[in-house]
Amino acid sequence: MKARLRFILAACVLGLLMTGPFALTGLLLLADAKEAERAAFAEFLVPRLPVGALITLFGLIAGLLLLRGLFQQYVHGLLRMAETLRLMLGANRNFRVAPEGPPEVRELARAANDLAQQRDELLNDVEEQISRAKATVEEEKNRLAALMSELALGVVVCNLDGRILLYNNRARLQFKALAQGPTSMSGGALIGLGRSIFSILERGQITHALENIQQRLRRGSAEPTANFITSTRAGQLLRAQMAPVLGSAERAERVGIPPAPPAEQGGDDISGQAAPAHEVPTATMPGAELEVTGYVLTIENITRNFERETERDQALQSLTDGNRAALGNIRAAVETLIDSPEMEADYRERFTRVIADEAAAMSQRLATTMSRFADSLKTRWPLEDVLAIDIVAAAARRVGDRLNLPIKNEDQDTSLWIRVDSFALIQAITFLASRLQDDYAIRELRLRVCAEGKMVFVDLIWSGTPVSSETLYTWELEPMNVGAETSPLTLRDVVDRHGGEIWYQRDKAAHNAFFRIVLPAAVTPHGQVLDQAQHLHSDSRPEYYDFDLFAARDAEGSGIDPDRRLTDLVYSVFDTETTGLQPSNGDEIIQMGAVRIVNNRLLRQEIFDQLVDPVIPLKPEGMLIHGITEAMVNGQPRLDVVLPAFHEFCAETILVAHNAAFDMRFLQLKEDSLGVRFTQPVLDTLLLSAVIHPNQESHRLESIAERLGINVIGRHTALGDAYVTGEVFLKMIPLLADMGIVTLRQALDATQKTYFARVKY
Amino acid sequence: MSHRILIVDDEPNIVISLEYLMKKEGFQVAVATDGEVALQLASTFLPDLILLDVMMPKKSGFEVCQALRANQALVGVKIIMLTAKGRESEVAKGLALGADVYITKPFSTKDLVLQIKSMLA
Repeated sequence: MKARLRFILAACVLGLLMTGPFALTGLLLLADAKEAERAAFAEFLVPRLPVGALITLFGLIAGLLLLRGLFQQYVHGLLRMAETLRLMLGANRNFRVAPEGPPEVRELARAANDLAQQRDELLNDVEEQISRAKATVEEEKNRLAALMSELALGVVVCNLDGRILLYNNRARLQFKALAQGPTSMSGGALIGLGRSIFSILERGQITHALENIQQRLRRGSAEPTANFITSTRAGQLLRAQMAPVLGSAERAERVGIPPAPPAEQGGDDISGQAAPAHEVPTATMPGAELEVTGYVLTIENITRNFERETERDQALQSLTDGNRAALGNIRAAVETLIDSPEMEADYRERFTRVIADEAAAMSQRLATTMSRFADSLKTRWPLEDVLAIDIVAAAARRVGDRLNLPIKNEDQDTSLWIRVDSFALIQAITFLASRLQDDYAIRELRLRVCAEGKMVFVDLIWSGTPVSSETLYTWELEPMNVGAETSPLTLRDVVDRHGGEIWYQRDKAAHNAFFRIVLPAAVTPHGQVLDQAQHLHSDSRPEYYDFDLFAARDAEGSGIDPDRRLTDLVYSVFDTETTGLQPSNGDEIIQMGAVRIVNNRLLRQEIFDQLVDPVIPLKPEGMLIHGITEAMVNGQPRLDVVLPAFHEFCAETILVAHNAAFDMRFLQLKEDSLGVRFTQPVLDTLLLSAVIHPNQESHRLESIAERLGINVIGRHTALGDAYVTGEVFLKMIPLLADMGIVTLRQALDATQKTYFARVKY
Repeated sequence: MSHRILIVDDEPNIVISLEYLMKKEGFQVAVATDGEVALQLASTFLPDLILLDVMMPKKSGFEVCQALRANQALVGVKIIMLTAKGRESEVAKGLALGADVYITKPFSTKDLVLQIKSMLA
């Protein structure tokens, strides 16, 4: 615009210069002349005026043409050169200015190229040194990657927000097997870098396990890990072990002295990485030296094992309790027979029949049990040793939070350890509290922990309204639902799982009533504590936690905040191939391809690549472009299956496409009929290119790729184009930052402006 | 003065022995084969001692025990729980709910008779 304005100004000046002196001379002469001379002059001049004006006009046009030529060569030419120079400065180092235009400009271009050459040589030298240093690090990472992929256990590493930072192939396969319906098509899209673990595992359990770990760390426990069992949406049982990822040793040393200035951490790095972990209040442990920055989950699918285990439990049950009764019957009968020699004959016969019947039944039971028992494997609910007061404190917090019911502690023995599934137990306590509150309007609940022999009692005590003992029997068999939180387990299940009991008792002397939950006591792990604490405090952190991944932090969990930096967001770059260019005239999608960008990296293994049966015939002119034939789309899933799967693949990410308006129109036309809606922000690389290089003529994907130094291979497949678009987009992010476009909102605003600008033309 | 014993169990194969034993000791005996009958008989037969099984149809032994203890008319009755449920927590539950003695199957008939005699003495 500025150059344009200047051109108009220059044209005006030219006009003035050509007409001004002439007109001025005329005026001066007129002012000087006498009346008769003026009339004679006018008489002489007026008829000849058109000729003069015509000649002046020709002169002006010639002058303008000359001016325009100069402007194009010196002003526009230099502006174009400036753009390419900036390209060389940033995105594409190998780009060179083409020497064109007048000799002076060409000379300038050559000088700039020489300068670039010199810089490249210097840079290459530095880069070589850096890459040599990097190679060692890279090798270590590769070794780790190999190790991870060979592990028989699924491993997933997450940061405190539950974003997946790392996973291995086994985990991917496990979750892929769990995925139902269209998701499995995209290769287990549920698991992926930057995706939320909460889409796979229940948030409550993860949070609870994390709290347990932090408590253990505070106590200096040797094994600050937690186990839990969870069932997935597909009804599978997963056993997970969680181990914390602790902050770096250097950082730990700094705790206790004033926090270091933030400048030390991130500097001017635009990616804004390395958010110091001590900003995370939930993970800070006062007085301790290490902070949790994330966690490692090892995951095993135990659905089969669990089924066997249940069977085995039943077998054991029938062996013990079943035979206990039979044996009791036999023993009583035998002893009675021996002690009663005077017994009448028919009585004697009845007693012997009892013995014979029970013995036969026992043999039968033993035989069936043994045959079922043979192939059962040993798996258990992972009960863990926990301090009883910790569970009670956690339960009190939860009851306080969820039910707004005041909780008081009574006679709590602080030394008792119990062996429990703490999540289920806390659920059970909360459930009882909520039922008491709902049905008996209790206003306060007291919690007591005491022990007797190898049993620990957890009592829920309240004053006033007594409960009928039948009530508890009913509650025991209901699912433990509290408010909106549902649980498949009943109170009885939880109690049985622990080998515990529960009953209702009244303490008339104290005018109160209580539920007593009996749990098996655990051996106090005193001996290990010291040992373990030392092990933790030494610098025992395995090297592979050194990935930069923990720096990535969500501002507010999930969702897309338009004020976040472009470098911090997750994108799905996609492209579609279609039968033609007019979706409203019946053209259909025949291929969809997408690739994810996380943490500024194009993830070539996290892709969506699917042919679609368009149901309508393909057009020959289209086949020339995309190379997709009838045979290729026949038998492929239709869009009603593919689009929802694609929708899930893109969930919580920003969509990126080249000439996105075209692809989005195809998607939006299907939104109503297929019941999916793409509401996330969309960025268009075509418009972004126009923002970055307004003076370039072509914004076709090939031209942009060439300008930015990207090798184009496999174009005109949806996935191939998505790859190219993704690489182009990554190169654009720093160029946009140079222009002050850093956040998503700024990028969207800028593209909208150019979009309207282009529409006006 | 012969004492009254109520036997509560749904398995005839143990009832036969218990009934014979108790009669042999000279007690008056009544038998209930489920929890509800047991509660009815307890208030009509007015036993001095109840032999109570846990696993029964309709009402479990635990429930019967708790109901008996809640009944003011039956204050002095002794309760022996006689059951195949032998875990420590189950024993604790039985005793907490008001059983005087908790005996797990299999048991010695001699010991049982001695136990009953000492409780009724």
